[in-house]
Amino acid sequence: MSTKKLWRKPLDIEKFKVPKAEICLIKDRCKGCGYCIQFCPRQVLEESEEINVRGVHPPKVVNPEKCTICGFCEAICPDFAIFVLEKPNEKKETKEAEKNERKK
Amino acid sequence: MAEQTTQIAHPLEPFLRKTTIPHIWCPGCGDGTILNSFVTALKELEVNLDKIAVISGIGCIGRIAGYTNTDSFHTTHGRPIPFAVGVKLANPELNVIVISGDGDLFAIGGNHFIHAARRNIGIKVICSNNFNYGMTGGQQGPTTPLASRTATTPFGNIEHPFNLVHLAAASGAVYVARWTTLHVRRMTESIKKAIQKEGFSFIEIVSPCPEIYGKASKIGTAMDFMNWFKKASVIQNFSDPAQAEITAEKIPVGEFVDVEKPTFEKLLREMTAQAQGKVTGGA
Amino acid sequence: MSEKNKAILTGRHFFSGDLACAEGALAAGCRFFGGYPITPATEIAERMARRLPQVGGTYIQMEDEIASIAAVIGASYAGLKAMTATSGPGFSLMQENIGLAVMTEAPCVIVNVMRGGPSTGQPTMAGQQDVMQAKWGSHGDYEIIALTPSTVQEAFDLTIEAFNYAEAYRVPVMIMMDAIVGHMWERVTIPPADQIKIVNRKKPQVPREKYAPFKPDEDLVPPMAVFGDGYHFHATGLTHDEEGRPRTESIKTQQTLVQRLCDKIRKNADKIIQIRETMLDDAEIAVVAYGIEARAAWSAVRKARNAGIKAGLLRLITLWPFPEKQVAEVAKKVKTIVVPEMNYGQLVREVERAAKTTPVTFLSKLGEEPHKPEEILEAIKGGKH
Repeated sequence: MSTKKLWRKPLDIEKFKVPKAEICLIKDRCKGCGYCIQFCPRQVLEESEEINVRGVHPPKVVNPEKCTICGFCEAICPDFAIFVLEKPNEKKETKEAEKNERKK
Repeated sequence: MAEQTTQIAHPLEPFLRKTTIPHIWCPGCGDGTILNSFVTALKELEVNLDKIAVISGIGCIGRIAGYTNTDSFHTTHGRPIPFAVGVKLANPELNVIVISGDGDLFAIGGNHFIHAARRNIGIKVICSNNFNYGMTGGQQGPTTPLASRTATTPFGNIEHPFNLVHLAAASGAVYVARWTTLHVRRMTESIKKAIQKEGFSFIEIVSPCPEIYGKASKIGTAMDFMNWFKKASVIQNFSDPAQAEITAEKIPVGEFVDVEKPTFEKLLREMTAQAQGKVTGGA
Repeated sequence: MSEKNKAILTGRHFFSGDLACAEGALAAGCRFFGGYPITPATEIAERMARRLPQVGGTYIQMEDEIASIAAVIGASYAGLKAMTATSGPGFSLMQENIGLAVMTEAPCVIVNVMRGGPSTGQPTMAGQQDVMQAKWGSHGDYEIIALTPSTVQEAFDLTIEAFNYAEAYRVPVMIMMDAIVGHMWERVTIPPADQIKIVNRKKPQVPREKYAPFKPDEDLVPPMAVFGDGYHFHATGLTHDEEGRPRTESIKTQQTLVQRLCDKIRKNADKIIQIRETMLDDAEIAVVAYGIEARAAWSAVRKARNAGIKAGLLRLITLWPFPEKQVAEVAKKVKTIVVPEMNYGQLVREVERAAKTTPVTFLSKLGEEPHKPEEILEAIKGGKH
């Protein structure tokens, strides 16, 4: 898991919910404008090698752990080809312990 | 761990007309972002979609009416505003939103714009300003910058462009804002504000036209447009709209007007009540 | 409620054609008027500006005639019976959006109080110079309905029928009233409300998911949802399929749509067309006329009968769809046809086409009053064998 690479654990991390992103791509809608890649504030996305039905390279997720679910990619996409969800199993406070357990 | 999937529907899917999406617009065209922002505003406001009517004119953005899951009408060139006026006055309960382009609204339809604003009829007008006539192949339009090259200005444009926010403010609009398609959040907030506001509201969205205008004007790709917007945009809320001309160096954006004034519908209601209350005229 | 606030002013009145037209619209249920001042139609707008607020309707003076017709189509799509009134120059400006009303099947009524053209022409003089424009003014293939009154009473009656046709067939209906009828004052009887036949557009009987806004019934007319009903439907001036989706490159969609838009009028022509026949049973000479000219023609036919000439009158109330069959039947019976018009030869060409081998004499009038009965009588005599 990528979380192992965190070099420091904030003292108050238990108090904060760290959202886990589920970045959803509808690849065949993508027209390859690159806005989501360019304007992601956390460089989560890159252009992929694959070619979709429109003959363009849709984005791929390269740094998922960096995503804070700001949703800018979803908002700026002219083609409704990308959206971000918060992973449902990590939404609730009650599962905090279980989540931390899993991380270890 | 993030995942990639095509199994889950896009959260805005219920606001889009299933049978017409994907849209016809070019890669990087700002019209898609405007559609995205508009339906996001509808979603966030939790409005009753039954009471929304989207009216568009002719041009690339004119197709937008066909993409929203609302009542919608794609009028003739230049006429979405008077059509919308008819809709609004026939059923004032409807939220009537005109979404069209700079050529449609300000060249062929310019007269309708100024008069709807003057009357303060409660329709909302969103203009995708892409500086040219994209659908017909990139001819010069009412917002094409001076000296800019287009299909019909091969030696450079010799016409001065409209400053749309100034025009709207001078014509009497009670809400006037300008954003670029890079300002998606603020655009959505402005659309939400306009939808909730009574009276004639106008939002100009400066929009990339990479395939047509970008090539002719040598501005370049979609990303070049967005980088220009990023570099040149300056938020100047409630500054003088007369000073808000768009230049290569500076794109003044923000909310320029937000005032209250009796709407046509309100005055009409009052006049109708008065007319019904007393005997007038002869048969 | 005040007597004057009633939509239907049952009783006897002294009205001009313009006023009768406005009252006919109100009686038909018209609750939206978008217009622009123009001689000689302005009295209709003025009457509506006063009367519509009294009956809870909406009057708006738009910035031009293009806006007027656009607003009328918008109001129609929002569920109101809507109309505009204009004259030649304004009628020309409206043509593009008349095509839009045809294409999107928006029920609406357009009154053209005809003056002399072309261009600004003679604003205060009457004409019948727009009767072909009514049919052919917008681009593309289409059919509309056009009615023409000869009396002030008919201006009232036909305006009600115009709304009924508009609602029944989802088509723009035109009242082509020459300025003489428009400005002429005559007695008008407005019947009680329950004696006025009113037609309203068909509403969809299916839930939203199943509603196809341009899927016709057997009569070729699709039921019409209106904005705000929850149907979330789309309409466009582009060639569209039954769902309302643009189909700009489909040959089949273009054929199906254009043919249906025309056929819904053509195939129902017998139900739509109204004519009046006077003394035609044994006639050897027929005068075919409409509007104010039909009144002079009626007088001429009576004079001819008094002189022992077997003349008769075919008065056209419906100009479009053209009463081709009716004219052909008359042409079969008579030896010659006389057509007086206040133009330089318009509907006479349709009469000639329908009359086939029967000779047709055309009488033109431009820039003055209509034909005198004596002038038509001379033509009748000239055609007498």
